[in-house]
Amino acid sequence: MIRRAVLIAALMLSPVFAMAKDAIVMKSVVVKVESGPAQPLSRLDLPAANDGFAGAAVGLADNNTTGRFLGQSFEAAEVTATPEGAIEAAEAAVADGAGAIIALASSETLVALADHFANRDVIILNAAARDDSLRNNECRANVLHVAPSRAMLADALAQYMVWKKWDEWMLIHGSHPADQLKADAYRRAARKFGLEIVEERLFEDTGGARRTDSGHVLVQRQIPKFTSRADDHDVVVAADETGVFGDYLAYRTTDPRPVVGDAGLVARTWHPGFEGWGATQIQRRFEKANSRWMTDTDYQAWLAMRVIGEAVSRTKSADPAVLKDFILSEEFEVAGFKGQALSFRPWNNQLRQGVLLADGKLVVTVSPQEEFLHQKTRLDTLGFDEPETECAF
Amino acid sequence: MLRPILTALAIAAFATPTLAARAFVSNEKSNTVTVIDTETFEVIETVPVGVRPRGIILSPSGHELYICTSDMDHVEVYNPETMEFLHTLPSGPDPELFVLHPSGNPLYIANEDDNIVTVVDVITHEVITEVPVGVEPEGMAVSPDGKYVINTSETTNMAHFINTETYDLDINVLVDNRPRYARFTSDGAKLYVTAEIGGTVNVIDPATGDELDKIEFAVSGVPPEALQPVGMRITKDDRLAFVALGPSNRVAVIDVATDEVIEYLLVGRRVWHMDFTPDEKYLFTTNGNSNDVSVIDVENLKVIKSIPVGELPWGVAIMPK
Repeated sequence: MIRRAVLIAALMLSPVFAMAKDAIVMKSVVVKVESGPAQPLSRLDLPAANDGFAGAAVGLADNNTTGRFLGQSFEAAEVTATPEGAIEAAEAAVADGAGAIIALASSETLVALADHFANRDVIILNAAARDDSLRNNECRANVLHVAPSRAMLADALAQYMVWKKWDEWMLIHGSHPADQLKADAYRRAARKFGLEIVEERLFEDTGGARRTDSGHVLVQRQIPKFTSRADDHDVVVAADETGVFGDYLAYRTTDPRPVVGDAGLVARTWHPGFEGWGATQIQRRFEKANSRWMTDTDYQAWLAMRVIGEAVSRTKSADPAVLKDFILSEEFEVAGFKGQALSFRPWNNQLRQGVLLADGKLVVTVSPQEEFLHQKTRLDTLGFDEPETECAF
Repeated sequence: MLRPILTALAIAAFATPTLAARAFVSNEKSNTVTVIDTETFEVIETVPVGVRPRGIILSPSGHELYICTSDMDHVEVYNPETMEFLHTLPSGPDPELFVLHPSGNPLYIANEDDNIVTVVDVITHEVITEVPVGVEPEGMAVSPDGKYVINTSETTNMAHFINTETYDLDINVLVDNRPRYARFTSDGAKLYVTAEIGGTVNVIDPATGDELDKIEFAVSGVPPEALQPVGMRITKDDRLAFVALGPSNRVAVIDVATDEVIEYLLVGRRVWHMDFTPDEKYLFTTNGNSNDVSVIDVENLKVIKSIPVGELPWGVAIMPK
């Protein structure tokens, strides 16, 4: 019985098979669109120059290791572009044969890319933009969202707040559009899960440098004043995607309350301290290749690359139309170190995924929380479910 | 209290061969091995070992107990009679699961970080070779005739057939997501591969690599995503297969002839790996999140006992006393 297997192996090594082996080449491009220098409050949060690219590169290597056994090879170009130059950069890669664009871009640039490549033989994977509008009225049929929406992140946090019975929130939001949108997501999550926002405050970004030599002295005086005389609340929720004030809150609020949201306990797709469901393996693989921690953006780019790899290895095709049909079908599933199969919601092309809630060092919990049930999959308790979506392709 | 002891003594005195055996349980978080008497279900002793013990197997001779102490990046070898530490074997980084050639040598170890299977001579303690496989190699099985070692790669989603003479990968079979474990039937006619995230067991014809069947699981009241197949054991007569279903806290019993699930047994929390007593009267399961071992009565398909062990019990290996 085993002898027959050896014969097959001999056939596989024959020249005919070797020729067939290079039949499938899948090309992608990772387009990273930069929108000015990052200004985190802590120098620990200064992003690496290859943030996102590094994750995609590990995903590409994973795909090629698998491809070796299937006669498939994967190639990816890395392009950094300005918002205005994104289409041109992507167009050049597509002219060179790329069938997939992994976009690390803002919502506006993503929509521009999607409209430019509409009715073309290219799939776009959104590995960064979280805007809820992209999953609703601004959805595009040629975009697959690997990054979670703001609603998914806010719902993940709200479920744990329900479990903790921290049901009275003080919501502090920033003045930038992204902060306002995040505040909307927290308000929606609070309504959805029966939590109450008892106090809302706006933290205005008045500009200036965020990191200074003795800035902590000033902050120590400002934050207690800013958070004083609030209605009774269990927890402070920071809507601060722009990173203007969130990290200032913990240990400085007037009332001693935990900080959650965009500082303190943060809902996110990845955390370098995460070790669940075999995650240590990819952490080590990533760190060995890059000599730094793996970020959320790296993870999302890795996962986007794995979505492509999984579709190519299962369909044995590099045709973007074939891949997209398969990715959006019921058959598709991909593993992403979240303890269950991840798949796409056909009503808005959003990847279903578990969300980590983590502080600076450790993962505290992973949502959806067990107590939240759903008729189809508990993952659909996060974000916009089918009856709620405003997306129509 | 006295009667079971007398019974045990009576069996020890008159029965030949004795049915008594010992189970060795690796406790991943405690860094210990719990030794259990499989007749009395009593813990005999708890022995400290290296950091993060996971995969655990016995040599066919019963003279050596091998433990993957994952965070030490080596395999530790103990005398199972005395639990005396003998020596270490090189393993490559982060060893998790391994398998011995039926002859007792060499040892094939999956190295998750490096996408390789390390082949180690257990007599000379030297690495014979490293075989490149898919991403995150995990499950290891050996064919009854020793000609093939199977490795499953968790991110590549394949079962790789490693020829034990040439170390070539003669067959690579695409299976469902996150394949964790592989097991041959005794007659070598079927290879079972469990897919944790796929939630299935792929049944493969080892001669061709073709899929013969796919086993799916369903338990009412249990969310489908909790039914995650991990460890597996098959009776020597190829009649029944047992599949540990991880966080669903169930072990599925499969009729090997038809590949149908005939029973689900409720065991401890996060059931991971399993082993039979030598007479196959009992199957021991390690339950990582309830820190115990469940004992299944194989003939009656009943869970009859739970034995507290260390923290995060991972694997179990059983040998005649």
